[in-house]
Amino acid sequence: MYQYNDFDRDFLAERNAQFRAQVERRIDGSLTEDEFKPLRLMNGLYLQLHAYMLRVAIPYGTLNGGQMDVLADIADKWDKGYGHFTTRQNIQYNWPKLKDVPDMLDALGEVGMHAIQTSGNTIRNVTADHFAGAAKDEIADPRPTAELLRQWSTDHPEFQFLPRKFKLAVTGSENDRAVIKAHDIGIRLLSRDGEEGYEIVVGGGLGRTPMIGKVLRDFLPKADLLPYCEAIVSVYNLLGRRDNKYKARIKITVHENGIETIRDLVEERFALLKPQFGGVDQEMLKGIEAQFALPEFTTGPTDSYTAAYDADPVFRSWADTNLTAHKNDDYSIVSISIKKHGQTPGDATSAQMREMAAIAREFGHDELRISHEQNVILPHVHKSHLPAIHARLKAADLATANIGKISDIIACPGMDYCALATARSIPVAQQIAIRFDELKLEHDIGDLKIKISGCINACGHHHVGHIGILGLDRAGVENYQITLGGDHTETAAVGERAGPGFAYDEIVPAIERLIGAYLEHRENDTERFIDAYRRLGLAPFKAALYPEAKANAA
Amino acid sequence: MSKPFTPKVVTANALLEGDVVYLMANDQWSRHLDEAEVIEDAAHGDARLLQGNSEPDLVVGVYLADVKIEDGKPQPTHFREEFRTRGPSNYNHGKQAELV
Repeated sequence: MYQYNDFDRDFLAERNAQFRAQVERRIDGSLTEDEFKPLRLMNGLYLQLHAYMLRVAIPYGTLNGGQMDVLADIADKWDKGYGHFTTRQNIQYNWPKLKDVPDMLDALGEVGMHAIQTSGNTIRNVTADHFAGAAKDEIADPRPTAELLRQWSTDHPEFQFLPRKFKLAVTGSENDRAVIKAHDIGIRLLSRDGEEGYEIVVGGGLGRTPMIGKVLRDFLPKADLLPYCEAIVSVYNLLGRRDNKYKARIKITVHENGIETIRDLVEERFALLKPQFGGVDQEMLKGIEAQFALPEFTTGPTDSYTAAYDADPVFRSWADTNLTAHKNDDYSIVSISIKKHGQTPGDATSAQMREMAAIAREFGHDELRISHEQNVILPHVHKSHLPAIHARLKAADLATANIGKISDIIACPGMDYCALATARSIPVAQQIAIRFDELKLEHDIGDLKIKISGCINACGHHHVGHIGILGLDRAGVENYQITLGGDHTETAAVGERAGPGFAYDEIVPAIERLIGAYLEHRENDTERFIDAYRRLGLAPFKAALYPEAKANAA
Repeated sequence: MSKPFTPKVVTANALLEGDVVYLMANDQWSRHLDEAEVIEDAAHGDARLLQGNSEPDLVVGVYLADVKIEDGKPQPTHFREEFRTRGPSNYNHGKQAELV
């Protein structure tokens, strides 16, 4: 993985020293809150409902054991002993004190991490497929591209005051696990006639006005990436609306001007910018790529895995659910669920973080990933180690076999923490997970994506959930709207609203009725919820959600 | 006829900890809603909001929040304000932990 050089270290140290002085000036009264707020946001510090919140970037979701240990240390020393992993491959600390934040940032800087541009109208943390470098279906590792984009976008002088925030995601596989079509720019690595390049998608996004991104260039030669992205962002910087916050994202710019106009403007700008790059960026990319070389895979028998798989039903269930095919047949990708039934999706205690770091060091080539689905990944595990890893995870309460299932729910922090939220998300996720665990239906239901947001901004990706839940404030009471048929993958789609919302104490029974209808109507137990929905449409699910309406109509 | 005035309190977050605070009658800030000064008319509300905003080195994000009076104590009328009096629902953190 990428190692900071002297330039990176010096830049970060200087930036942290600046912020330390800014915090001091805020506390001694030299800076007003209006002056300080943009400065703290540029460094990832929010003021939430009950406390400050520090959002730390985990670029493209990649970190090593030493970095995870520091995340745990920060949680213990300056927070309440846990951290919350988010849908943007960040970690959030919910309880820092203002005066401690500079020390937290220095601690992060020691291991090459930061909170820069995790907020504000800038280019945010660049995200990527959490199976990058390991997935069997991968064409190329997206992380060198993501790291190049991180370096280009960090402190980019032209892009510190964009009309609105700007998010980039990169995938190296046709099976999109990075939700690239719901990003301002989505980038997919591909190869055409032996030449490496990218498909560039623009103008996707969720939030108030969900839009699926449109292809801006179906093949961009590899060497043109930075000038082309710079062209897109600079066209947006001038054309994007600043008169209305809700119309300021590039998805609206693309929608209002049309993809052809945007394409023409970008190409025009690109022609001007391309000569300025002069190939230095490609030399840097070569250096970055070398740092993302695959680990030296070990060889050896995998009999111990097969033996455990045959003998231990608990291990077998976990292996069937939480493992993904690796490009090396003797290896597996392990998804560690940090969503034990009833726990807060995405939360890990400091002890759990240290144990995951230790397991990665011992068995996983010291590599960890954070997924946008709020789980932790061990990307490279020799199959012979899986029984030992499972035992260690079990002891740390980390062996829940629910990846991709009904209790593997994305949930934003919602009104339990977030100042923007209109309703709670976390307790809804907890109750759904507990209920279906009690019913012992999880594995019968099979693959299902439930995604919950506590406000229209859609941090919980509800629009692209097979079942999306949106928490709103309706006349001073929490109310939950259900959308159905969303899709976060390469066949991305925005879900359809099922009907009127449900009260806080009605939402879990409503989901139960919905699942009941699915189990009743599916063709067989391999037809997933989303496939049944596509085949049958809204009607049978709507009838299950609103039995009164059906009774009244009869 | 104008709408009847709903009782209010002045609330904010403490600058250093971020904790929720309420303005008391003696111009000090309390961490507990039941110690807040209850404001019964709009003009007084404006004056107290000014007072709250006069201490930017202590508090951030000052605003008036609706309350109702129960057993002589102010209580939140909106669920958001209710959560602010106690903390998140997934852990015993925040004010609810300190009250025990």
